[in-house]
Order: sequence, then C-alpha cells, then structure tokens
Amino acid sequence: MSLTAATDGAMPQQNWLDKLGAAHILLAVALLLYPLVASDFFLTQIAGYSMIFGVLALSLMLLAGYGGMLSLAQITVAGIAAYAVAILGNNTSNVLGFGWPWWIVVPFAVAAAAVSSALIGWISVRTEGIYTLMITLAIATATFYFAQQNYAIFNGHSGYAGIHAPVFWGIDWRDPKPFYYLCLGLAALSYAAVLYGSRSTFGMTLQAIRDNPRRMRALGYHVTAHKVFAWFLAGILAGLAGVLLVWFNGRVSPGTIGVDVAIDVLVIAVIGGLRHPIGSFLGAIVVILMQTFAIDIVGAERFNTLIGLVFLVIVFVSPDGILGLWGRIKPHFAQESLRAGP
Amino acid sequence: MTENLAANRLQSSGAYALELDGVARHFGALVALSGIDMRIAAGERRAVLGSNGAGKTTLFNAVTGDFLPTAGRIRFFGEDITDLPPHERIRRGLRRTYQISQLFKGLSVLDSIFLACRGVSRRRFSLLRPAAADVNMVQARSILEAVHLDAHRDALVATLSHGQQRQLEIALALAGAPRFILFDEPAAGLSPTERRDLVAILNALPKHIGFIIIEHDLDVALRVADYVSMMHNGRLFKEGTPQEIEADPEVQQIYLGGKHG
Repeated sequence: MSLTAATDGAMPQQNWLDKLGAAHILLAVALLLYPLVASDFFLTQIAGYSMIFGVLALSLMLLAGYGGMLSLAQITVAGIAAYAVAILGNNTSNVLGFGWPWWIVVPFAVAAAAVSSALIGWISVRTEGIYTLMITLAIATATFYFAQQNYAIFNGHSGYAGIHAPVFWGIDWRDPKPFYYLCLGLAALSYAAVLYGSRSTFGMTLQAIRDNPRRMRALGYHVTAHKVFAWFLAGILAGLAGVLLVWFNGRVSPGTIGVDVAIDVLVIAVIGGLRHPIGSFLGAIVVILMQTFAIDIVGAERFNTLIGLVFLVIVFVSPDGILGLWGRIKPHFAQESLRAGP
Repeated sequence: MTENLAANRLQSSGAYALELDGVARHFGALVALSGIDMRIAAGERRAVLGSNGAGKTTLFNAVTGDFLPTAGRIRFFGEDITDLPPHERIRRGLRRTYQISQLFKGLSVLDSIFLACRGVSRRRFSLLRPAAADVNMVQARSILEAVHLDAHRDALVATLSHGQQRQLEIALALAGAPRFILFDEPAAGLSPTERRDLVAILNALPKHIGFIIIEHDLDVALRVADYVSMMHNGRLFKEGTPQEIEADPEVQQIYLGGKHG
C-alpha cells in the first residue's frame, strides 16, 4: 500500500496528453456514452449510486492510502452535508427547511462537512491504526444515536423527506440522464483532484508523514496540522458525496448514516484497493452490484453472507484489493509501474 | 521569511550555537542523561564518543525535541528552545540525522530532499505540484549532487542500498540553510570507500555550519572534529582535542581499548 501510492513520482516528464493516459481517455469516452445503452435503472441505481459511494470511498482512500489514517466516520461527514441540505433547503417534513437556493445550500453543506471532518480528524490524529478506527467508530455511532434522538435539528428517527435535487437550465437534475452526468462530473472532478493532489507539495507531505512522522517533524513540519488539513480535504469529498446522496434518495434519516453504512464505505475502499484513487470506484461498483443483485442469486436472507464471502476472498487473495488482483493478473504491468528511475 | 528571521537571530545571538545547562533525561528509574553542561561555539565541529548506552543519542533527542529532557535548559544561538516542539527547532536552523535511517520509503529521492527544503520554507500546504524551476526543487537538485545521489534521483527510497540511504540521511539534514547539524553515527554500516566519501562531504560543509557527530569509527570522528567530548553512563566525563583524547589513558581503557561495538 505505502510503496505504491507514490509510484507515479517515478514517471519521467511527458506532455499533457501522455500524462492524461490512453486508459483515462478510453474510460471517459465509455462513461460519456454509457447512457446510450443503459436503462434508467442502471444509470442511477447502479452507476450513479456507485459513483456517489466511490467519491465517499475516495475520501477514505485519501486519508488511509496517502495519510495512513483509517476512518469509519466518512458516512457521518457525508451525513452532515446531507442533513445540511435538508435543513437549509426545502423539505416536506415541516421541520426547519430554510428554503435557501441550492447554490447557497451546497457550498454551506460541503463547508459544514469539511469543518466537521477537520474536527473529527483533530480529535483522532492523536491516535494511530486500530485506535483511530475505534475513535471514528465511536464518533459515527454517537452521531447516529444523537440524530435518532434529537428532534430539534435532526427530526429524530424519521429524519427529513421530500428533498429534491435542483432544477435549472430547464433540467431536472434528478432525472436519470442528468443525474448520471452530474454524478459522473463530480466523481471525475474528485478523482482528478486527488490524482493531481497526490503529487502536490501537500500530497507528498502527507505520504511522507504516513511513512515516517518522526522524520517529518525533524524536517520542520507540524505533523498534526498536516493530518488535520488532510481530514479537511477528505471532508470536502465526503460532503460532495453527501449532497449527491440526499438528492439521490430524496430523504435523509439516521439510517443513512448508520454503522452498517460506515462499514460499507470501508469495505468498498478495501475491496477496491487503497493504492490508487481508481480503486475506490472499482470497489464501489463491485459492492453496489452485489448489494443490488445478491438478493436475486441467494435470496433476501443470505445476500449479506455472499457479500461477506466475496470480501473475504478478495482480501485473502490480494491484500491490495481489486487493484492488487490486477497487478497479479498482469505482473509485467505492475513491475513496469513499480520500476523506478532510469 | 524563515531565512530572514534566522539571519536576525544570528546577529543578535551570542557566540554559542548550542548551550546545554544541566540537561537530564530519565526513563522511569533509568537515568539516561544527567547534568549535561555543554557549550558549542558557532561553526564548531564536535565529536561525541562513548560506548553504547552512554546517552549519546538521548542527548540528540533532547536537543531536537524528539524526546524532551526531564530537567535542564537548552539554548540555540542564544534562544531558549527547551519547550519548543521539534519542528520549531528545525525551522530555527537545527538539523539532525538518525542512527537508523528515518526515510520515506514510498517517495523518490528527489521528492524526499524537496520536502526537506520545503519544510523550512513557505507553502508547505501547497495543493499545487512543484514546478521543476521551483526554488526548493533547484535547492534539492544541488544537494542531490553534493551527496552524489544524482544517478538515483527518481528512484524510490525503498529501492536504495544501505549506503545510499545513509547518503540520503545526510542530504535531508543539509537542506534549507542549516546552522547546526547533529549527525548520529553517519558512518554506520558504510564501506571503507563510502567512509572516505563521508569524511569528504563533512569536511566540505561551509565553515559557518557547526555540527556534533556521534561516531564509533575514530578514523571518521577524529578527522572531522575540532574538539571531542567523552560520555559514559549518561554523563560527560572528559573533553579535549582529538590528539588529547586519543592519548588519554583513561579514555583508552573505557572506550578505545575495550570497545563495546
């Protein structure tokens, strides 16, 4: 994991077209043309939903893959953005709902998520490894129960309903095709930002802190501040995912931010692989497909067993997830990308 | 900004780069350091000798703040830095290397040195990729040449040989206008040829940069140092010129004769 997250540092200078990569261009064309062949169900319930959870897993990949910080609170951060959309915008639950326009609501919701994430990070960066996981699990659980029991802000266990995606330029952005392109646009933007940022100064400091925090202190870095800033950035991604999620569902309730969902996000990120941002989206597609179709294969009572088994097999065969599997199928490929220097 | 502050401080500071007053460090009942008094002039090169467990590395950890001393005061160019966190000490011009290499195995050699330069500079949180002409990148490339690692600039640190990792250790300490460096056994595990290179690199450092070197290899230590301090059981017990130390019978008995490793 740690070895490979930074391998693109070894790439020689190329022009922008080469840098973009043939694989990325092919993928972009395929995704742009996908609505021509896909049904509405596959556009939103599968593709759109996968991209939302892909962005959410990406926020975890940023923390865990580059920063070495595991979190179970990403869905909590997304939930804060989702609740903010319900509270600041319109809902039909007759509680709060300030009715602000979407272009004010969205920045506020994402900012609230980012600040909350930074706060969670500030609390948890004193710990490492399994202890970070435990603290973030505690925060996720506490937030879930608080949301369930608080009626003044969170409207208790029923939460908020009747939240609609914006309508502008004559387009209802919750219609299947517009919603698909909205998710695709934000997912692509998030993916490109993380990929670019991984080689930025801050991205390098984060990976260096993951590898050796003590040395980073001895080079003049305020390690805690860098970690908290990483949480802030991850919070922006999780916040974006939360906004899309509440538009997708049309509602938000404590069930949206339950511990089972928190674990789903971790499973997606681990199944996909933490060594490259694309892993988050691969993992999301696999898990969402399984969650959708496992019921048809093994029945409603056993579908979680099947998902668990697939997770076990993938992690057992390849600790690096699907990305690691790819490396095994194409060992030469992996070697090329790992080889460093001239 | 940092450089200007450093320059101002240099003018107003006294003649000493480093002053230790009664510095002690206890680990529970174990006394790792006790009552260390030390004065090191700006630009002075000091060797610290002593058997394993004498407290040499603990002394370094106290000075850099990796582990805070339990008693005593530390001044760096006249400023009391005893209570400053490590990164603040580094930004004031202090540097160190580690006995066991502390590197970033997932980063390339050039990026590692770049981070070392950026650590005492501005834009540490920049979300932009550094350009090839970035001032810290230019600094990093010149340090890369100074420690003879230019052939491995894009190699991942994890793929470097032991000797190259030791060179990178030194490169990280040379980044960003250091004023005083702590070298913790820089020659550990190096071949005779690499040791000669190391002596050349240390002797080629600008004269205003002082350092303390912990080194078991006297061929290295006594060749780069102006003055030698001997440590034993957490205390300083003798100081002198390299010649005096080499000739001292007590020193020979404790350290040079019965070498502990």
